[in-house]
Amino acid sequence: MPSYDIFSGGPGSVMTWITVVLLTVVALYLTRAPSHGAIQSLCRVLHAALRMASVSVFRAESRLGERNREVLLAAGREASEHIIEREFERMQAAVNRDLAECPTLQRHAHEQLKRIEEDHAQSTDVPPTPPGWAHAVEAVAAIPSKGDPMVANILDKIREALVEAQDKAREEYRTATRNRHQHLKNMLPHWRKLGQSLAQMDKNVGSLLHRAKVIDRQMDEYENILQNSDRAARMLSSSSLVQFFVSVLVLTIAIGGAVINFHLIARPMAEMVGGNNWIGTFKISDIAALVIIMVEISMGLFLMESLRITRLFPVISALPDVMRVRMIWITFAILLCLASVEAGLAYLREILLQDELATSAVLRGDKGAVFTSGFMWITTAAQMGMGFILPFALVFVAIPLETFVHSLRTVLGIVGAGLLRALAVGLRMLGGVMSHMGSVLVDIYDMVIFLPLWLERRVKAHGLTGRDEPAAFSAREVL
Amino acid sequence: MKRLGLILAVLAPLGLAACDEPVAQNRGVYMLMDTSGTYTDELRKAQQIINAMLTRLDPGDSFAVARIDTGSFSEKDIVAKVTFDDRPSMANKEKRQFRDTVGQFVKMVKPARYTDITGGILQASEYLNEKNTGKKVIVIFSDLAEDLQKGYMRDISLPLDGFEVIALNVTKLRSDNMDPREYLNRLTDWQRKVESGGGRWRVINDLDRIEKLSLY
Repeated sequence: MPSYDIFSGGPGSVMTWITVVLLTVVALYLTRAPSHGAIQSLCRVLHAALRMASVSVFRAESRLGERNREVLLAAGREASEHIIEREFERMQAAVNRDLAECPTLQRHAHEQLKRIEEDHAQSTDVPPTPPGWAHAVEAVAAIPSKGDPMVANILDKIREALVEAQDKAREEYRTATRNRHQHLKNMLPHWRKLGQSLAQMDKNVGSLLHRAKVIDRQMDEYENILQNSDRAARMLSSSSLVQFFVSVLVLTIAIGGAVINFHLIARPMAEMVGGNNWIGTFKISDIAALVIIMVEISMGLFLMESLRITRLFPVISALPDVMRVRMIWITFAILLCLASVEAGLAYLREILLQDELATSAVLRGDKGAVFTSGFMWITTAAQMGMGFILPFALVFVAIPLETFVHSLRTVLGIVGAGLLRALAVGLRMLGGVMSHMGSVLVDIYDMVIFLPLWLERRVKAHGLTGRDEPAAFSAREVL
Repeated sequence: MKRLGLILAVLAPLGLAACDEPVAQNRGVYMLMDTSGTYTDELRKAQQIINAMLTRLDPGDSFAVARIDTGSFSEKDIVAKVTFDDRPSMANKEKRQFRDTVGQFVKMVKPARYTDITGGILQASEYLNEKNTGKKVIVIFSDLAEDLQKGYMRDISLPLDGFEVIALNVTKLRSDNMDPREYLNRLTDWQRKVESGGGRWRVINDLDRIEKLSLY
């Protein structure tokens, strides 16, 4: 490799570099005006382009926001209609159930009142008065006999008849009073029954009033949504976010259940479809286990749809009731079969595990290690129980899944709008930077050629003032 | 969880994957047991190694145990061979039968006069290639001191592309103690021979840590 003296003027020497720098500075000085113009123009163009892009993104964000709002309100309207519809159905059921009883209750009340009235009327009967001739007889009985035994005998008879009549009258009076008291006593259960009937009516009416209040509240919300009010949009948005996070939490738990289910049936599946068959890098037995779980979840979705608990498939909701009920039974039967299969597989898993442990022990020469403990049936039963229950538990995944799907639309919209807004703000900021970047680049340009500029300034100053010293000027003026 | 996630992730392209040529995922293990006079006493250890390997093999894997004797390039030297059934329960039964067969052999074995390791390796490569397993492992339970009978030609390259050759329990001979270079040279020669044939070479002498014998 040839070596050069750094001052010799060869390639890479200091002299060469100084020459290149000087020539560059001169060239830059000579092209100063057009270069400044080009820099300013470029920065203005970039500024304008970035501002335009920012405005466009803001508009897109605005459109997306409107779209989100429409979607949110539509979803809210649909949900609100659904709730109101359900409330009206409940109201109708309550009216049919409670108000249908009203005529019966009324008849009962009327009957009770009639009986009370009768009892009351009977209780007010005047007891029989003692006969009017009693005083006359008493006076006759009081006449002295004057020693005549016949008269005395007659008077005694009259007195006895009088006492007997008084006793009889008193007895009748007591009987009448007792009867009156009995009638009054008979009124008590009728009063109570009447009170119960009135309480039942009050309860029924109260229940209806409560439902009416709920419907009123739902109707208010529905009206808010129909009016496209900001309050309704905010409430729906907040509700949607809460639903999203709750559904994610529940789905995570459900995935945990599915994983346990998978491990429960993956090993015994090898006994059915072979343990050495592969698709790509995955065992067919694993895939088969996964497919079973997926089929169970699908059946669960269809079952929930048929029961009209979820509304992911409008086709199923729109089916005639007879067909829908058939579908319920069919999906339930398939689920029952799959749950039974899983319970069987869980049992097989335990057998295989025992067999494998026994083989390993034999291969290790550890013959004494293989034993079956008395409580092993608990593990087997627990596995079988889990295998049977988990498919039915997975059915309920449909509910959080529906909520997740519906709320995901809103969440994605909010996230998208946020990203667009951030992008728009970023573009606007970059545009602002570009507008000032022109001045900065021009200043940097002039800093590079400060020497010719300074000389130019000096020459101009000499030309204006002769041999006078140039006036002091700021660095910015030099540049 | 991770495995399930992976399966879910590839569920969509499974259809396409199924159309491709299936890639063999099973393993083939061929174990050579030295039965020469100097090494017969070590066969009990070999039996334990075989049992340990049996516990690690899965349904669909192939396993063969062969003896190294005067002329090892022969099917007659295969003591036991099996390709495990796809069903785990059947595979367990086959493992037990395999163990019994090897146990019988170890009880009845007679020492061989000569030691033809190269012939055994050739037989192993032929067997495993025929099985076309996804992973091919040849385990040599020997002191690696080859002693050929006159007339046996073994100066040939070994076709071991894609094979892993593991030398187990390479014991030191009396002469090795006198001149350790012999032992080291013996190991180096075999390593060179295997690697020149395209195979990978490993030596495991600590049988207490048999978990090092990874078949994956």
